[in-house]
Amino acid sequence: MTTSGQAAIRARRRARFAEVVREIASHPSAVIGAALLLVIIVLALLAPVLMPMDRLDVTQVTARGNESPSGGHWLGTDPSGRDVLGLLLWGSRASLLVGFSATAIAMVIGTTFGMAAGHFTGLTRAVVLRIIDFFLVVPSLVLAIVLSTVLSRGLSTIVIAIGVTSWAQTARVVRAQTLTIETRPYIERSRALGAGDRHIIGKHVLPAVMPLVMANTTLTVGSAIILESTLAFLGLGDPTTFSWGSMLKTALDTGAATAGYWWFVLAPGVAIVIVVLCFTLVGRALEAVLNPTLRAR
Amino acid sequence: MTVIETVPADSEDTRGSSLPRYLALKAGGSLISLALVVVLGFFMFRIIPGDPAINMTRGRQVSPGEVERLRQEMGLDKPLLVQFWRFVRDLFTGDLGTSYVYRRPVTDLIGDYIGPTLLLTGTAALISVALGLWLGQKAAWRRGSWFDKIHTGVALVFWSVPTFWLGLLLLLVFGGGLGWFPTGGMSTAASTDTGMAHVLDVAHHLVLPVVTMVAVIYAQYLMVMRASVLEEMSADYLTTARAKGLREDLVRTRHAVPNALLPTVTLIFLTLGLLIAGTVTVETVFSWPGLGYLTYKGLSAPDFPLVQGTFVVFSAAVIVMNFIADLLYRVLDPRLKSS
Repeated sequence: MTTSGQAAIRARRRARFAEVVREIASHPSAVIGAALLLVIIVLALLAPVLMPMDRLDVTQVTARGNESPSGGHWLGTDPSGRDVLGLLLWGSRASLLVGFSATAIAMVIGTTFGMAAGHFTGLTRAVVLRIIDFFLVVPSLVLAIVLSTVLSRGLSTIVIAIGVTSWAQTARVVRAQTLTIETRPYIERSRALGAGDRHIIGKHVLPAVMPLVMANTTLTVGSAIILESTLAFLGLGDPTTFSWGSMLKTALDTGAATAGYWWFVLAPGVAIVIVVLCFTLVGRALEAVLNPTLRAR
Repeated sequence: MTVIETVPADSEDTRGSSLPRYLALKAGGSLISLALVVVLGFFMFRIIPGDPAINMTRGRQVSPGEVERLRQEMGLDKPLLVQFWRFVRDLFTGDLGTSYVYRRPVTDLIGDYIGPTLLLTGTAALISVALGLWLGQKAAWRRGSWFDKIHTGVALVFWSVPTFWLGLLLLLVFGGGLGWFPTGGMSTAASTDTGMAHVLDVAHHLVLPVVTMVAVIYAQYLMVMRASVLEEMSADYLTTARAKGLREDLVRTRHAVPNALLPTVTLIFLTLGLLIAGTVTVETVFSWPGLGYLTYKGLSAPDFPLVQGTFVVFSAAVIVMNFIADLLYRVLDPRLKSS
């Protein structure tokens, strides 16, 4: 009986998954966004092949600084003569890496706190709610700036700083969903049969909030990438890796904007906007499909 | 750049509670948040590797005796809890420590730099509120029209653009390229202008930073106002107004808009605090001598007491604005009061 029950559950989940995929595919903007993201991820992975690191070595470049776009350098060169397109390729690795890993941290914290705030009562709930409220209110950029100032410079610092400051919205959504789920009869039945907190949260609440967390993940990656570029722009990034934010910092420091070196100002910014827009498009579509409160509208 | 909710951050269910109880809950919550800011502000700056006394004297010739005296002055020889108590006590007397770089009290520095920030954020807030609300109600009234599509589209694109990059673009086009506006600072260096000429000079410097902030922030007001007016549009009282024979314009301005304004007013206060915190990037791009620029200078040194001080001030500003938003939300909506 158990095996056939599990098989039925699996079949139902597969059917639901196929349904979700179909519904997302009916949003053309989400399909475009997902396809573009795939291309960008492949390009980021191929960066060492497409643009070997030594061609971006300041001591080995042959081009002059701030050259305008040409056949040899499609997007021109930066102040030290490095190819802007190459920097862009390598920069995508930092953006995506930080975006994904910071979001992973934020999702774990957000889901845990959200479920805890929805499931428990009394003092635990009060304390968890206060913490969520604090992180909702405190400006994440300012907190991330402080964290990256006091920790040693590096990609992991940026990941931690962004992860720790961007989970509150997720916690809020997860809590609302947890509250809804826990009023369902099957939870009551489970509790009547003697299920503990761990069983109810792990077996019933977590699977039910997961779709919402997925939609939130996609949206959070976008804002994490913007936050990463902002921190790098303020000089808090990892000095040893290329990033779009640090390219823009170089642009500001060398006066590229006022000198009219448009290619060096335009390229990293356009890259950020495209990637963030892709994540936003996919995330919005996921949310529209998976979030029950939005589906009704 | 984060999505802002129309309703103030509120995970506690406060509907149906009386006004004094609501006030007490919100005030209590804000006070706890402020206390957390102070605790974080102290302990985060204690995880810095290295000795603050050595950090402070870096790059200068000092004898070990001098460092030891400095450690005693800063209270570093005391237990951590005693240091924390001193930090809190100093905070209440307006003492945020001494900047490593400027060698002046952080409170004085913040006092010097807060004026330009208020001027910048105040101007940007006024313009973006007026623009966002006006475009939002227009777009909602003509839902589905070209006006609606273009304005919501443009607003959403601006909204996903990093603030500092937009600033750099404006600098590129209007500062460097066309030369219409100055590229940085708050007034022309070495100018002795006074009176009206000085005001005009500052206004000239103000244009690009303000445009940057407005472009990023007005989208939120537009979207919320649009959604809010759309919600009112099916209301019965509009049918009544039309049945009375009112012109369409009057139905909109006298009946729909005032009701739709309710949720937006709280949003404005919610974003004001974030606007102040967002000055870090805008002021950095335009070297506008405000708190954000001061923070940037502090973190590139790094000047820990300065960053610590601005962190406390920025966070406190946001928390206070949030509290005001909570209050307005309750006071302005009569439906919430009666329930």
